[in-house]
Amino acid sequence: MKKEIAGVTIDVDEEGYLTDRSQWNRDIANALAAELGITLTDEHWKVLEFIEKDFKERGTVPGIRRLNKVGGIPTKKLYELFPDGPVRKAALIGGFPKPASCV
Amino acid sequence: MKKLVILGAGTAGTMMLNKLVPVLDPDEWQITIVDQEPRHYYQPGFLFIPFGIYRPEDVVKPKRNFFPAGAEAVFGRIEAIEPDRNRVVLEGGRILAYDWLILATGARIAPEETEGMLGEGWRRNVFDFYTLEGATALAGFLEDWEGGRLVINITEMPIKCPVAPLEFAFLADWWFTKRGIRNKVEIEFVTPLSHAFTKPVAARYLGDFLQQKNIKLTTDFSTGSIDAANNRIVSWDEKEVGYDLLVAVPTNKGDDCIERSGMGDELNFVPTHKHTLLSKNHPNIFVIGDATDLPASKAGSVAHFEADILLENFRRAIAGRPLKEEFDGHANCFIESGFGKGLLIDFNYDVEPLPGKFPLPGLGPMSLLQESRINHYAKLMFRWVYWNLLLRGAELPLEPQMSMCGKRRVA
Repeated sequence: MKKEIAGVTIDVDEEGYLTDRSQWNRDIANALAAELGITLTDEHWKVLEFIEKDFKERGTVPGIRRLNKVGGIPTKKLYELFPDGPVRKAALIGGFPKPASCV
Repeated sequence: MKKLVILGAGTAGTMMLNKLVPVLDPDEWQITIVDQEPRHYYQPGFLFIPFGIYRPEDVVKPKRNFFPAGAEAVFGRIEAIEPDRNRVVLEGGRILAYDWLILATGARIAPEETEGMLGEGWRRNVFDFYTLEGATALAGFLEDWEGGRLVINITEMPIKCPVAPLEFAFLADWWFTKRGIRNKVEIEFVTPLSHAFTKPVAARYLGDFLQQKNIKLTTDFSTGSIDAANNRIVSWDEKEVGYDLLVAVPTNKGDDCIERSGMGDELNFVPTHKHTLLSKNHPNIFVIGDATDLPASKAGSVAHFEADILLENFRRAIAGRPLKEEFDGHANCFIESGFGKGLLIDFNYDVEPLPGKFPLPGLGPMSLLQESRINHYAKLMFRWVYWNLLLRGAELPLEPQMSMCGKRRVA
């Protein structure tokens, strides 16, 4: 699906996750966050940057526990920054695929 | 002599030992299995203990009974694995060198990971049923309980046997009905998932079941702490659910020896190639069962299907031949639904549980994703299969890879 955002067209899946991360940039992130009612601050960016680094290394979006233990982001803080489903929201804003559901 | 060490003598480790001893030449191979616990638990049976269907003696046997002649068994704690030196250090300083290592160290519940879980309520009105002690203590509590709010809560995923919490809810509904106090018990199922189960089609079926049985479903609840003084669970985003009786499914972690060895992820699960079962970091280490980080269910059936693939790949690896990339994440689980009935689900990495017949297409006798009496009896009979065939490494008439035969695609 195509989506118009921040003055450009991006490709997204039916749930709004980018399907081609090369299309992603910070303006798009700010606009996607705004759609979710979130204004990105430095603290949000710290989370998104850790996800980016970890995603490059491991090929998957880290879960809450990994963000805490490896990324050093307290879980409570994560829920404050990205309420209701922090990993899902951070992944969507950061241009990553939807986190794999657990089994 | 070449040395094979198997760490862990639970379902996966014991099956592998029984499969490997007959095929490895005793003049060439020295095989050692290590576990700190001399008792083997039939873990699927824990679910039935709170309701008095099984007693503790039904689910425990000595591990030794299941070890074949021709292997050394060591009972002791594993201090650390030193993969760069190809050796394992045991409690007391004994060193086991190996050429090949199979990690089958499993997973355990870790209630200490959640603030307040081990507080004043633990085993008073907060119980687990993933240990024999927890399930037995809960049986004692239920015996005298006159009703109130029962909350079943999954702290976080992944967990062993992801259907067991739902089965607990269904059995509780049946048990309170049988005792004539169902009208005095409110049952609420609280999960971090967005649905009743991880897979969409099954989640719909199982969600309908919860509704029919008047069990309230609360989703997207990620448990942050237990406020035992006030009998409530509190989520990370400060939602609260009150309880009189909390049946908690705590965080699951891989064994602590994995953490001590620096070989695991943030939950001590070992990075493993999902189709070959070889460790991602060490070319002479295989990983099987709950110890892996695979995106498959943590369940005995998965370990069983993995064991067939691992046997083949172990033989290839020691002969220097390329490994088969054949493990498909196959799982096969009975789901008790109460009132003498059960469901069966069969799925893998790519195909979610679907309705149909199993194992023979069209005939069954078991139904997939549908309630039937025969599924319930099959589940009860499985305990015999487990002790007498499965652990001993016998061939069961099931292929390791999942089959689409007999399954119906649904929208």
